[in-house]
Amino acid sequence: MMSTDGFGAYLVIALMALVMLFTRFGGVFITGLLPLRPRVMSFIDAMSGSVLVAVLVPIAVEADMAGRLGMLATAGVMLLTARPMAGVSLGILVTALLRLGGIS
Amino acid sequence: MPDITAPQLTAADIRRGFWRILPISLFVFVFGLAFGVAALQSSMTNIDVMLMSITVFAGTVQFAVLDMWGTQVPILPLLLTALAINSRMLLMGASLYPWLRLLPVRRRYASLIILSDANWAMTLNDLQQGRNNLGTLVGGGIALWTCWQAGTLTGLLLGSGITDPKSIGLDMVMGCFMLSMVMVGKRNLRKSLAWCLSAIAAYAAYRWLPPNTHVIVGAVAGGAVGIFWLETPSQ
Repeated sequence: MMSTDGFGAYLVIALMALVMLFTRFGGVFITGLLPLRPRVMSFIDAMSGSVLVAVLVPIAVEADMAGRLGMLATAGVMLLTARPMAGVSLGILVTALLRLGGIS
Repeated sequence: MPDITAPQLTAADIRRGFWRILPISLFVFVFGLAFGVAALQSSMTNIDVMLMSITVFAGTVQFAVLDMWGTQVPILPLLLTALAINSRMLLMGASLYPWLRLLPVRRRYASLIILSDANWAMTLNDLQQGRNNLGTLVGGGIALWTCWQAGTLTGLLLGSGITDPKSIGLDMVMGCFMLSMVMVGKRNLRKSLAWCLSAIAAYAAYRWLPPNTHVIVGAVAGGAVGIFWLETPSQ
């Protein structure tokens, strides 16, 4: 336990900021210690897109039906046009309209 | 991965990156607004809340901290929670390493100070399409950081009395954006297999493992495909 009186709060925030800096710098630093053999590069390549997928999973699981259909709309636009901003815009629009219409 | 050239950075690159990410930053503003409003209900002073937004700059972590804040703070659990939630940044940084290593050490780390989800995703995409774009990382980071501060401050000042962002679909911006970033790149069987494994593993971790482990578990499962299935050189 640590007190948040006076400077205590600043200290807690500073420690958190340090931990965040570690997460932002750490990946590059640790990878820098590895030999960049083809197998390591291949791991990084396959892992990078997988991060996005793993971030998406709980969003899709927790979303309501309107949100999921919105994501489906985004996916549709991406397959047809490959334009991210168009995909995101339609996804939000579909979600908002469905919720307006009482579907959630 | 396509051929990689050393990233450069001019003021014009930063400006371009800033404007590219700004539309997505609207979500970060709204998220920051929600955070500011939530922080009003906590025992944190407004100054502490702003200081945290400025230096910590990690939405999900900051929401978790609000729940744990009091006159006494369990410091170790708090820092470990922060580490677990933000551990995805370790992977995001690692994914940019093959390209960032071409920079001098100081610039390499300086460009990571405001690493965040959206500017990382767009930078990775550029990189996979052979575009050399440090401006997206840095300029985009500046846009996201600024909107996060503006959102927090607005939330603290206005309090509740703001229309529900959910009703206009703003809670889905990040989900739709991440999805569009997954789908914009080139697809092949190797990548698709990695993504499927990542999705299954992340789902299982989300359901059955401790909170905040799903990104690491999913990413490592997807990466494992890369260990056993080497990419054929593009030349």
